[in-house]
Amino acid sequence: MLTTLNRRRFLLKRALYHLVMILFCFVMIYPILWLFSASFKSHQELIHNPGSLLPHPVVLTNYADGWRGFGGTTFKTFIGNSLFVCTLSTVFQVSSSALVAYGFSRIVFRGRKLLFSLMIVTMLLPAQILLIPQYILMNGFGWINTYLPLLVPTLFGLPFFIFMIMQFIQGLPVELDEAAAIDGCNKYSTFFRILLPLLKPALITAVIFSFYWKWQEFLEPMLYLQNVKKYTMPIAMNLFSDPSSVTNWGAIYAMSIVSMIPVFLLFLFFQKYLVEGIATSGLKG
Amino acid sequence: MIPSVSKPPVSKSGRRSVSRFFDRAAGYLFISPWLIGFLGFTLLPMAVSFYLSLTRYNVISPPVFVGLKNYAEIFTNDDRFISALQATLVYVFVHVPLKLLFSLAVAMLLYKTGSRIVSVYRALFYLPSIIGGSVAIAVMWRRIFGVDGIVNDFLGRLGLIEYEISWLGQPSTAMGTLILLGIWQFGSPMLIFLAGLKQIPDSYYEAAAIDGCGWWGRLWRITLPLLTPILFFNLLMQLIRAFMCFTEAFIITEGGPMDRTLFYVLYLYQKSFKYFQMGYGCALAWILLAVIGLFTLLVFRSSQYWVFYESKDGAK
Repeated sequence: MLTTLNRRRFLLKRALYHLVMILFCFVMIYPILWLFSASFKSHQELIHNPGSLLPHPVVLTNYADGWRGFGGTTFKTFIGNSLFVCTLSTVFQVSSSALVAYGFSRIVFRGRKLLFSLMIVTMLLPAQILLIPQYILMNGFGWINTYLPLLVPTLFGLPFFIFMIMQFIQGLPVELDEAAAIDGCNKYSTFFRILLPLLKPALITAVIFSFYWKWQEFLEPMLYLQNVKKYTMPIAMNLFSDPSSVTNWGAIYAMSIVSMIPVFLLFLFFQKYLVEGIATSGLKG
Repeated sequence: MIPSVSKPPVSKSGRRSVSRFFDRAAGYLFISPWLIGFLGFTLLPMAVSFYLSLTRYNVISPPVFVGLKNYAEIFTNDDRFISALQATLVYVFVHVPLKLLFSLAVAMLLYKTGSRIVSVYRALFYLPSIIGGSVAIAVMWRRIFGVDGIVNDFLGRLGLIEYEISWLGQPSTAMGTLILLGIWQFGSPMLIFLAGLKQIPDSYYEAAAIDGCGWWGRLWRITLPLLTPILFFNLLMQLIRAFMCFTEAFIITEGGPMDRTLFYVLYLYQKSFKYFQMGYGCALAWILLAVIGLFTLLVFRSSQYWVFYESKDGAK
């Protein structure tokens, strides 16, 4: 008697919990759902019934209109530019970070401790402090209106990734390195043949973060890219949605959705790596 | 070196000393990407930035040394600097605690529910964080809170407001919309809290339950103390992030109304790249670095009073 009552209470509590959570989730992702539905709404509906979640009628022209872009440049160019910059910078950033991480965690050399603490300090250093001198530097190199200011700094690794990969290397037994050394491997072949393949999970996490951070980067491309043909997605979106000139909001919503597709895809397929990456970076720090 | 030099075949010894060099220098070679970047793209720019902060410089003509004039100007005769500092501090002090509280509460709701659907909830809660920093979302936010946006539409339909509110145009509400956008991206601290909660051994709670400790007592005596190292990390990260806020303010409010949301980095950007007062901008940057450094130091120094570390063997 008592147990069935308890059980019923337990189930009720459970159902209530899930109900609250589902409602809560709905509220949290409501803006995204709204944006998605708004991208399929007709011009009239956007004015008279902006809040509804189900577009009626469903209109596809927003996507076609938006895709045409502005200044004679279509969104194909912007997406292409962004993909180019993000792919290269991700490859650069993750591979250089992995090298540095190995150097710091498995090789003993003079000044290692000092350099490592310097790196940790730069992790806390806000990038905006360096905005002006870096701009002057890039300007001096004649790199304005090229992708070099966005790409070259990624060749030097990112302290956050270096630290994350180091945490991962620490979890791999040192005996691996020792066995490799006995078999005649030097530091380089140990890294490339033995450790690198084992680092895959950490590298995937770094790849995802690196890519989506670069994908959303706004301030730097805005400073360095001047020619519309060279624009990456975020600055193109900013110009496209300039409040003083916009008439077709549906097209902007459509392109907003398009601009988020790569990030959505990453999220969908690599959610596990993202979640674990964030969780471990915080825990072991 | 010496034995290889004494060996007769020159070519071979040359190769050997090369490989020896690579062996000896392996550590430096592996970290060289970071080291070069640190020297060339961090340390050198910092030095340049410090020098420029003592000059008047507009990119076109060479910098003119003016001593501490920029700093004096900022501290004594720049109302927008005061506005920027104010806006940033309001944002930091309201947004960071609310975000941490909210992410902790959600993490506790998600924790300890065995069913698999929890990972779906977790994913959905995290989704806003991954896209939240993008221009597209900022543009969307501007529309949602626009005069003819859906917030007014909803409130109007519910009969809560009689006329449309200009959320972004009023000094009293503009900051609120930005803070809300910041809190909406509570995903990373939530995930970190969640991972922290999972590390607390069940036996602690069981022991507390036997001792007659209720939910509230367990929260205050077990959960929160054991989470303080995590809280410390989250606080530091969110603090720095909040000081750096730029895209949102740039797109949504453009610093307005009446400079109420003129975040520091936005002001720095305007001074340096709109008015091309680069020397002044560098001085602003150094002041920001000092402010952030001060806050970081405060968090670190105060941590010994509120961060609870288990003994080393207990933690592992």
